[in-house]
Amino acid sequence: MADSTATLDAWAEQEYKWGFVTDIEADSAPPGLSEDIIRFISAKKDEPEWLLEWRLRAYRHWLTMSPPHWQFLPRGYGPIDYQSIIYYSAPKQKGDGPKSLAEVDPKLLETYEKLGIPLEEQMMLAGVAVDAVFDSVSVATTFKETLAEKGVIFCSFSEAVKEHPELVQKYLGTVVPYSDNYFATLNSAVFTDGSFVFVPKGVECPMELSTYFRINAMNTGQFERTLIVAEEGASVSYLEGCTAPMRDENQLHAAVVELIALDDAKIKYSTIQNWYPGDKDGTGGIYNFVTKRGKCIGKRSHISWTQVETGSAITWKYPSCILQGDDSIGEFYSVAMTNNRQQADTGTKMIHIGKNTRSYIVSKGISAGFAHNAYRGLVQVNRSAENARNYTQCDSLLMGDQCGAHTFPYIDVRNPTAHVEHEATTSKIGEDQIFYCTQRGITEENAVSMIVNGFCKEVLKELPMEFAVEADKLLSISLEGSVG
Amino acid sequence: MTAMLEIRNLHVSVEGQEILRGLDLTIKPGEVHSIMGPNGSGKSTLAQVLAGRDSYDITDGSVVFRGKDLLDMDPDERACEGVFLAFQYPVEIPGVKTTQFLKAAVNAIRAHHGEDELDAADLMGHFREKMKLVHIEPDLLRRSVNEGFSGGEKKRAEIFQMAVLDPALCILDETDSGLDIDALKIVADGVNSMRSPDRGFLVITHYQRLLNYIVPDFVHVLVDGRIVQSGGKELALQLEEKGYGWINAPVGAGA
Repeated sequence: MADSTATLDAWAEQEYKWGFVTDIEADSAPPGLSEDIIRFISAKKDEPEWLLEWRLRAYRHWLTMSPPHWQFLPRGYGPIDYQSIIYYSAPKQKGDGPKSLAEVDPKLLETYEKLGIPLEEQMMLAGVAVDAVFDSVSVATTFKETLAEKGVIFCSFSEAVKEHPELVQKYLGTVVPYSDNYFATLNSAVFTDGSFVFVPKGVECPMELSTYFRINAMNTGQFERTLIVAEEGASVSYLEGCTAPMRDENQLHAAVVELIALDDAKIKYSTIQNWYPGDKDGTGGIYNFVTKRGKCIGKRSHISWTQVETGSAITWKYPSCILQGDDSIGEFYSVAMTNNRQQADTGTKMIHIGKNTRSYIVSKGISAGFAHNAYRGLVQVNRSAENARNYTQCDSLLMGDQCGAHTFPYIDVRNPTAHVEHEATTSKIGEDQIFYCTQRGITEENAVSMIVNGFCKEVLKELPMEFAVEADKLLSISLEGSVG
Repeated sequence: MTAMLEIRNLHVSVEGQEILRGLDLTIKPGEVHSIMGPNGSGKSTLAQVLAGRDSYDITDGSVVFRGKDLLDMDPDERACEGVFLAFQYPVEIPGVKTTQFLKAAVNAIRAHHGEDELDAADLMGHFREKMKLVHIEPDLLRRSVNEGFSGGEKKRAEIFQMAVLDPALCILDETDSGLDIDALKIVADGVNSMRSPDRGFLVITHYQRLLNYIVPDFVHVLVDGRIVQSGGKELALQLEEKGYGWINAPVGAGA
């Protein structure tokens, strides 16, 4: 007879398949955080003086701050010893950085291949441009030339600082200021690399852009910084994916992503986050404390966030939109899946400033095992935002009876013409549903993943085609047979 | 001809309470058996147990299906071996299209028999053919499984699924409940068109009405977890006329 509990256990014991370590020589800073370390990072990257100053301002501000504890994490999170983290770790290179794929360390390429993203193959087949960040530095950016023909800049953040300093200086920190919040401020002080995208006026980026983040070295934090600018009428779709080896210590990932959309520009930002979640007892795993925000500066601009979050011990992030331009649109589509002892407090903020601004939020939270999953969202309609519209739909799916789903919607309306709708549902994955599927010949595991994928459909369909399949697989793997 | 389904002395409990108390039933290929009985007699329990629902304790007895121990199989295995249950209350599965759902089911069953998967085009051809049987609109297939279906649509969809999956044993659990007479005829026509010398049917119903349209070879009366009387189709008519109380008396079955 079918034994749901056994299947649940089997799933809980599923191994994290991306947990291997690459044995590669690294060029690292000593652990700890100080002005000297920041100067070290800045010097390593050969940065201009203004950037070092910006980092130091952030650091000095950070020293005056204390870590936030308002998030809903029933199990809390361990104190983070910022002095034991290594803030800079780079795979050792011969001489200067790689000029092309041929110069990249084969071991690194192997790692990416293991992760299922063979750079060369992706170049050939998918037409996806990939920027791969390994610990602290960007390793290879593919397809650069094809993009350059269109005037699209897609490179590592460090390279952007060197090659396009005026653009970086113009936009850096304009959406997430260095003083924004504890982890964003820390990031501003110590960020090491990340991606930079610039799509000039009127250009539709000819391919999906993609970054792959990988934490490899022990005791390193990953502090990447991504900046995407779409000028008037430009459009771009960007995707990031993340994995990390299995380790018993918690590792900090504190990234910052800033998006800027000018008039009629459109930015679509998709995330498939699969950082190591810790083992089934909650040991180890990534603390994913990330600040993501987009600014629709221009009229009729459009920013869309899609995230599929299955990894990390703790996920704590709110990809948000500041809808400043009239008729601008912000969207947030999220699947957050937590199992075992994972905790997630995630959602979005939609700040309506311009007239006729619209926002759309679809959040799907799935909890299994002993996990806790919270949706936290703010819809703010300012006085200036005539005829603002928001629709929020927030659904939770529970698997088993030891997990929790929580919803914290904040609605702040200061203009009487606003229309704000919020719908929320909580359901338990039914034995009836599973039995119905198995009675038709479908295995219990496939039944669960089919039901969950159905639950997430509205979000998954927002992912770029090339990655929808990947997300689908990932959910199935993270989900197999979790029924109580 | 040898039996397709052989139930011997089946005892089933739920939370310590015995629901089926020594049930015997044999179905041969080509036969249509009907089980009738008052509410709470154990009709639906029998259907669920045969399909492999795990919330029941089987305390005694055996069920052999085409020579294999049915009780030893998981529900999906039973389905692959040819057991189909048309549910009394088909559940909704939001976000999963009926076509996608049936594709998974058809291919799981094919894989079980070592056959290649059918591709989308072949499947659609197969679906179209079966849709005519129960007057299913193509639109229904594009919608999520049972989501927002009317009562009649759900029952027709069950029979459609049954036709698509082509099972050896069809169990219909109160398929007539909640159907108006037109819908009932459509469902019955669908079932009748599937009658064949290789297929067995177990039609569970509370009312005789359905049996005007699906004419059974055998009728069994289930009371208090036991079959207390068996006969031909005329037994159903007697029951309709006299009610279940009439059955209780001569057999003396009681709690």
